[in-house]
Amino acid sequence: MQMHNTIRDEVLLDVRSLETHFYGEESVTHALGGISFQIMKGETVGVVGESGCGKSVTALSILRLLPKLTARTVGGEVRFHGQDLLKLSEQEMRKIRGGKIAMIFQDPMTSLNPVYTVGHQIAEAIQIHTGVSRSSALTEAEEMLRFVRIADPERRVSNYPYEMSGGMRQRVMIAMALACSPELLIADEPTTALDVTIQAQILRLIVDLKERTGTAVMFITHDLGVVAETCQRVIVMYAGRIVEQASVMDLFARPMHPYTQALMHSVPDRRRGRQSRLPEIPGIVPNLRDPIIGCSFAPRCPFAIDICREKTPVLRDIESGHAAACWRSEEIVCA
Amino acid sequence: MAGYILRRLVSTIAVMVMVGIFVFLLLRLAPGDPAAMIAGRSATEEMIAGIREQLGLNDPMPVQFMHWVGDMLAGDFGTSILAGRPVLELLSQRLEPTLSLAILTMILAVTIGVSFGVLAAWRAGGFVDRILTGFSALGYSVPVFVIGFFLIYFFAVRTHWLPVQGYVPMSNGIALWFMHLILPTVTLGLGFIAFIARVTRASMLEVLSEDYMRTAVAKGASSYAMLFHHALKNAGVPILTVVGISFAYLIGGVVITETVFNLPGIGRLVVDAINNRDYPIIQSVLILTSGLYVLINLTVDLTYMLIDPRIRY
Ligand SMILES: Nc1ncnc2c1ncn2[C@@H]1O[C@H](COP(=O)(O)OP(=O)(O)OP(=O)(O)O)[C@@H](O)[C@H]1O
Ligand code: SF4
Ligand SMILES: [Mg+2]
Repeated sequence: MQMHNTIRDEVLLDVRSLETHFYGEESVTHALGGISFQIMKGETVGVVGESGCGKSVTALSILRLLPKLTARTVGGEVRFHGQDLLKLSEQEMRKIRGGKIAMIFQDPMTSLNPVYTVGHQIAEAIQIHTGVSRSSALTEAEEMLRFVRIADPERRVSNYPYEMSGGMRQRVMIAMALACSPELLIADEPTTALDVTIQAQILRLIVDLKERTGTAVMFITHDLGVVAETCQRVIVMYAGRIVEQASVMDLFARPMHPYTQALMHSVPDRRRGRQSRLPEIPGIVPNLRDPIIGCSFAPRCPFAIDICREKTPVLRDIESGHAAACWRSEEIVCA
Repeated sequence: MAGYILRRLVSTIAVMVMVGIFVFLLLRLAPGDPAAMIAGRSATEEMIAGIREQLGLNDPMPVQFMHWVGDMLAGDFGTSILAGRPVLELLSQRLEPTLSLAILTMILAVTIGVSFGVLAAWRAGGFVDRILTGFSALGYSVPVFVIGFFLIYFFAVRTHWLPVQGYVPMSNGIALWFMHLILPTVTLGLGFIAFIARVTRASMLEVLSEDYMRTAVAKGASSYAMLFHHALKNAGVPILTVVGISFAYLIGGVVITETVFNLPGIGRLVVDAINNRDYPIIQSVLILTSGLYVLINLTVDLTYMLIDPRIRY
C-alpha cells in the first residue's frame, strides 16, 4: 500500500509510556497505566474502549488539559514532531493548543461560551495563533462557517450558541478547531451527544474535511462501526492500557485480543442513537485504584488461564503492524 | 425590549408616587411643629400662625401634597427652614464630598472586590483564597465606624501619613483632595470589597468548571483571557446584582462615614436636618435618594441584557 509507506516515514505524534494518575481523598486512580502509540502525519486513528477505560484522559494528557488539582501525568513522553510536549512551558504549550493540535469535545451544547457569538469564538482562536486584526479574523471565521457547510454563514457568524442546534454547534466547534489548520485534530466522541441523523452528517463532514486539509485525526469513539467508516488504524483500550493496535482491516479481519473480539460480537445498535454505548460484556471492569496483578481482562475473559492471573501481558507485535497484549493471541487468532 | 423599558418606567413612576406619599405623611404625622421650630423659642402664637399660613400648613393634606409634588417637578425642592435658602442650593454645595466618596468607594469596591474574587476562584484553596476568607469575615462583622477609628488611629494619628479628618475640594488640588478621601473610602469600601469578592468567587467557581472553559484552554487562550474574558462575563449576572445592592447600602454607609471623618457632605446635612426637623431638606433627600435607588435598579436590570444575550424581557 502506497499510503502505508508515506505514513511510516513521518511520525507526527509519538506517545511513550504515558502514565496519568488521579488523586482522590485517600486513593490514587491509575487512569493511564503507561500507554504507547504513534500517529502518523495525515493519519486517522480510532481509539475505542468501554466507558472509563481512559480514552478522554489520553487526549487530555496529550494537550495537558487535565484538572490541575486532582490529576497529574507522572511518567512518559508525548513527542510531537519529536519534541516532548510534557516538557514545554505553559506558554509554549498554549501555542500548540488550538494551533498545531486542536480538540473537539463530546457535548456541543455546553462546549461553546454562551455569552459570545460563534463568530467571535472562532475569531478568537484565529487571533490567538495568527495575530491578525479582529475584523479580518471575523471575516475568516465566516469563511470557516462556510467551510463546515453551515448555511447562511453571513448571518450565522453573529449568532449566539443558544440560537443554534446541537449539530450546528458541533460544526462551529469543528470550524474553530480547524481554523488554524492544525496538524492533529483530537475528536473526543464528537457525535455521541447528537441525534442519529445528525451524527452521520457530522461524521461525513469530519472525514471529508480531513481529506481536504490533510490533518491527522485521533478519533475517540465507543462505536466500532464509526471506526470502520472513518479510520485507518485502531487502538483498543481497556482499563487504562492499550490491549490491541492494528490497521482497521487487520483488526476487523482478525481481532487478536479477547476483549476486541467481545466488542465485535456485540456491535451496538446505532438506531438507539445517543444511548449507543459499547456492548455489554459480562463481568466487572477492574478498579483502577488497586494494583493490577496479571491481565486486567482476566476476570471477564473466557480464555483466561493461570498465567493470565499471575503475569501482566505486554503489548507485543503478533504480526507486523498488529499488536496485542494477551498471552494467548496466537491461539485465539487461529481458533 | 421597548415594551419592557416602558413597563419598567411605568412601574418606576408608581414606586416614586408611593415613596412620595410615604415621605409626605411620615413628616406631617411626626410629632413636632415645624412652624414653631422656625419661629424659635421666644415666638408668639401669632408669629407661629403666620408662618403656618405662609408654609401652607393649614391647607388640607391632599392640597399640600399636590403643591409639594408640583413644586418638585418644577425643580423647586423648597426652602430650608433653618438656613432659609433653597434646598437644592444647599444640596449642591454638599454634593461634591458625597459624590467623591461614593464614586471612589464603588470604584475601589468593584475593582478590588472583583479581582480578588476572580483570583481566589482561580486558585481556590490557595493563598489568595485564604486571605479572602479571613478578610471577608472581618469586613462583614466589624462595623464601619470601628474600622474607621482604627484606620484613623494607625494611618493618621500614629504615623501622620494621612489627614485625620476633613475634606478638601477638588478645586484646591486633586492630590490633596485624594489624600483626604483615602481613609474614608477604604473604611466605607472594606465591607463592599468583601461582599463583592465573595459573590464573585462563588460565581466564578461555578463558571470555571463549565465545559466551554476547557474549550477556551484547548484553543490556546491565556490564563488572563480565560479568567477575565471567558469566565467573568458568564459570572457577571450575580456580580452585577451585588454591585447594585452595594449601591443601596452605600447610601446608608455614606452618612456614617461622613460623620466619622467629618466630611461636609449630604449625609451630614441630613443628620443636622433631622436634629432640627428641617422638613424640606429631609423630604428632598429622601425623595432624591429613592429616585437614585430606583434608577440604579433599572440600570442594573437593563445591563443584565448586555452581559448575557440569553436574557430577554
Ligand atoms: N475528573 C476525574 N476525577 C477522577 N478520576 C477521573 C476523572 N476523570 C477520569 N477519571 C478516571 O479516569 C478513568 C478514565 O476516564 P476517561 O474519562 O478517560 O474514560 P473514557 O474512556 O473517556 O470514558 P467515556 O467513554 O465514558 O468518555 C476513569 O475510569 C476514572 O477512574
Ligand atoms: S491474557 Fe489471558 S486473560 Fe488476558 S485477555 Fe489474554 S487470554 Fe484473556
Ligand atoms: Mg471520554
